[in-house]
Amino acid sequence: MSDAPPPEPPSSDITPERLYLRRREFLKNVGLFAGTAAAVGGGLHLLSGRQRRFMDRYVPDAGVVPGPVAKAAGPFDTDEPRTPYEDVTTYNNFYELGLDKNDPARLGHLLTTRPWTVTLDGEVHKPATVDIDQLLSWFPPEERVYRMRCVEAWSMVIPWLGFPLAALLSRVEPTSHARYVAFTTLMDPERLPGQKRPVLDWPYTEGLRLDEALHPLTFMAMGLYGRQLPAQNGAPLRLVVPWKYGFKGIKSIVRITLTREPPPTTWNLAAPEEYGFYANVNPAVSHPRWSQASERRIGDFERRPTLPFNGYAEQVAHLYTGLDLRKNY
Amino acid sequence: MASPPHPWLNPALVVGGLAPLALLAVQGPQGALGPNAIEAALNQTGFLALVLLVASLACTPLRLVTGWTWPARVRRTLGLLAFTAACAHFLVYAVLDQGLAWGAILEDVVARPFITVGFTALVLLVPLAVTSTNRWVRRLGFPRWQRLHRLAYVAAALGVVHFAWRVKKDLTEPLVFGAVLGLLFAVRVAEAMRKRRARAAAAARNPA
Repeated sequence: MSDAPPPEPPSSDITPERLYLRRREFLKNVGLFAGTAAAVGGGLHLLSGRQRRFMDRYVPDAGVVPGPVAKAAGPFDTDEPRTPYEDVTTYNNFYELGLDKNDPARLGHLLTTRPWTVTLDGEVHKPATVDIDQLLSWFPPEERVYRMRCVEAWSMVIPWLGFPLAALLSRVEPTSHARYVAFTTLMDPERLPGQKRPVLDWPYTEGLRLDEALHPLTFMAMGLYGRQLPAQNGAPLRLVVPWKYGFKGIKSIVRITLTREPPPTTWNLAAPEEYGFYANVNPAVSHPRWSQASERRIGDFERRPTLPFNGYAEQVAHLYTGLDLRKNY
Repeated sequence: MASPPHPWLNPALVVGGLAPLALLAVQGPQGALGPNAIEAALNQTGFLALVLLVASLACTPLRLVTGWTWPARVRRTLGLLAFTAACAHFLVYAVLDQGLAWGAILEDVVARPFITVGFTALVLLVPLAVTSTNRWVRRLGFPRWQRLHRLAYVAAALGVVHFAWRVKKDLTEPLVFGAVLGLLFAVRVAEAMRKRRARAAAAARNPA
């Protein structure tokens, strides 16, 4: 073993001090570049994607509806492909559970639906306040595969479980003065936290003309896809009127009142020039901010033409004979 | 040539500013944008365009308030990124949402104020993007170039109106954008008034 110092590297291998310093400078700049780019990109991504932050967190697991499911005879079902359960239950407008489409699924656990009572009153011979389970026991569940067209120009195909509204109304026996049916959503800011903010005039109300309410297509849903209705879809009981825009389908109903006068309806009060009382699906009447001539079926890439009365014209157009549907939108 | 201070800053902003658009382009086809991917892409590109546009407009007020010089060197980059995001927003609308149905697009732009306003904001950004080069600054002369580029404030204000119209009921986010924009504008107006007073005072001291 030699005591001699290791040989010096040839001078050609030594990095000049100037370059050595620039290398450090270069590495520092690379670090700053990467850090800034990541911070800016990440920040912008989180900010602009803010509505989707929680999207995958909540998968609703509603129980199966027990008992046999009836199939109604009649031209009710569409055989178009059904929108996947996951989409039907995670893409919802239910402002009482949040303004973003995925908020209702995320916050739905707050809406406990038992105990729950529904009050039936107004121009009826047999007013009643009924426990929801008792009310549901009156009617064997029936399945209806309906198209649903949202006023925002998207649509779905949903297999609902429920019963015709006419069956419920006949039990309370409307008086001869009854002309309209008014519906009211639960008012409870603890269970529906969106009601803590005055975004709309709470509680949500909707209404139908009595002949619309009695039409065989008009449906009260307590389930979908063979399962209990998830909170975000309006548990425990919601209205489904397939030839009208989705906002007519009032959710989480606690009161049904038969009236002589047209009842106030929430979106009509909030923006009457945008949301009429009838809200019939009509490709010829634009929303002030977008055309209603076409729609995107959730899951589809291309738009499809929107059909008058959402494709149910044959069944319901006669209800509006003599009514100017451009004025009475 | 001396290397500019913070040579990493503009490249980092370009990469960071384009990253959310690149991520969208990857996530969309994967189904990671939710049941209505086109709506999500529209919302996100529009939001990006507004954030970047307001950020570009914040550069000069930030320099005036803090005395820092780096904001002035990133202003053009941010402005061009905002224009890129606004173009992406329009392309998502025209190509993916409307499927290039030009009749429907034209009807939207002409007949629906919500879309007219957004489209006008995009059109206003075009001459600003075109004249963003040093050569154009020289060609127009700085005062004229500067006057032209004040249109960015108009475009941003129209963008905020477009956003406010888009949300159905909750105006919180558009109001935040509006407030920030108002604040930035106020800083510039205050600076302009301070300069004018200083000039007047100087003129009073040294009458010609």
